[in-house]
Amino acid sequence: MSISQAIAVERPPPQARGWPRARIVGYSLVCLWILFGLGILAYLVHAWNGEFFAKYAPAYLRGLGTTLALVTTSMIAGAILSLPVTYARMSKNRILSGLAYCYVYFFRGTPLLAQTYLVYYGIGSFRPQLETVGLWWFFREAFYCGVFAFSLNTAAYQAEILRGAIESVPRGQWEGAASLGLHKLETLRKVILPQAFVVALRPYGNELVLMIKASAIVAIITVYDLMGNAKLAYANSFDIQAYIWVAIVYLVMVEILRHGVEWIERRITIHLKR
Amino acid sequence: MPAQSIWTLLSWGPDGWSDDIASGVLVTIALALATLPIGLTIGFFVAFAKQHEEPSLRLAANIYTTVFRGLPELVTLFLFFFGMPLILQHLVRLIWPDATVDVDSFVAGLIVLSLIFSSYSSEVFLSAFRAIPKGQYEGGYAIGLSKWQTMRLVILPQLLRIAFPGLENCWLILLKDTSLVSVVNLAETLRNAGVAARVTKHSFLFYSVAALVFLVLAILSSIATGYILRSLGRREAR
Repeated sequence: MSISQAIAVERPPPQARGWPRARIVGYSLVCLWILFGLGILAYLVHAWNGEFFAKYAPAYLRGLGTTLALVTTSMIAGAILSLPVTYARMSKNRILSGLAYCYVYFFRGTPLLAQTYLVYYGIGSFRPQLETVGLWWFFREAFYCGVFAFSLNTAAYQAEILRGAIESVPRGQWEGAASLGLHKLETLRKVILPQAFVVALRPYGNELVLMIKASAIVAIITVYDLMGNAKLAYANSFDIQAYIWVAIVYLVMVEILRHGVEWIERRITIHLKR
Repeated sequence: MPAQSIWTLLSWGPDGWSDDIASGVLVTIALALATLPIGLTIGFFVAFAKQHEEPSLRLAANIYTTVFRGLPELVTLFLFFFGMPLILQHLVRLIWPDATVDVDSFVAGLIVLSLIFSSYSSEVFLSAFRAIPKGQYEGGYAIGLSKWQTMRLVILPQLLRIAFPGLENCWLILLKDTSLVSVVNLAETLRNAGVAARVTKHSFLFYSVAALVFLVLAILSSIATGYILRSLGRREAR
């Protein structure tokens, strides 16, 4: 009898029956979303234009390639650049850590759009000087300027992610490794970073998603990425489906990434599950 | 045009551009401040729906955040700026057949930023909801408060205190995102700086000024939030 009682007590409360207010609101909101989705679908079917599709679909694909190239290059360059910044930020030298702090604060405190303008139009306005240094070919191209600004920006964010992850590893791990006779670099590589990576994975994934979303900004400095091609298509056709298609592509891309990161996280934290 | 010194360019008045940039700063601040209450309210209700026991409410709220966190801000902005007039026009023409509708870029920016801000802040509110133990609700019901009273008198004060640091972060993101509305011709800081840069050909100078303005706004907000945080008295809840 006592067992059946215990089970009866531990059972979750039964689902509310009938139609409480929350359920009515919930169902109507879901219906609203379904209607919204159907509306967009109906619009796309209604406005289906084979000519439009044939004309701009290849451009969108090329744009997708540009976007992906931009994001990968900047993420990798940013990751490399974030190493010295993290080192400086964590060093005991006050000047060095102060400089790194200013760097991070500037790039996290100002809009990416302003940074991109500053690189493309701002640095680009020093053309004679750049030509004498031989860097004009780099700052002439909007794409390279975008990569430059995005790398600097993401380096600041990634430096903070890396620092947070390294600091999240308890001090005892450093001391334990030191007592085993590992030197500092070895400790970092074999003991600290594997643990830090588990912590940093989700923020890195978020940063990647943010970069993909932010990469739409380069369309404004005349790079024909995914968004740039959508702008072009809209300017030529005044057809709002240009933006609807691009929204769907971005949404699918971001969702795939998000679920991918979640999957990886589940895999690499299996040993932590009880 | 004779070469002007930097100080003339940055002066206040007909030759300088400081007054234009200052008026842009006011628009930036107005836009961010106008978005804040709307975004916070929507964000709170979305978070409330996300932790509700009713599955359909959770689903609706999750779709909301998935869409508005997944879309690039710029795409959302363009969709609304160009799409909303089309829809409104169809609706309005049912009544007045030859009306044209234009959407103000401030209003479009306000709506889009509210949607984005609310989807970010709902995540913050959600984790704050989860940090509040169930006993707080039960205690509220036990002393005879209604559901709404419990929420308002017991949960909300704790919720705001827990969520505050996360909301500060959302506010900084919002402040930076206002610059995006400049691409649909809202005369805010970055846009006015851009106009000045194009006219005077001193791009580096004026874009630096715009960046510095945002930096100063960020610093001012962190001073203000630090002050609010102290007056909220985080310690008394411990």
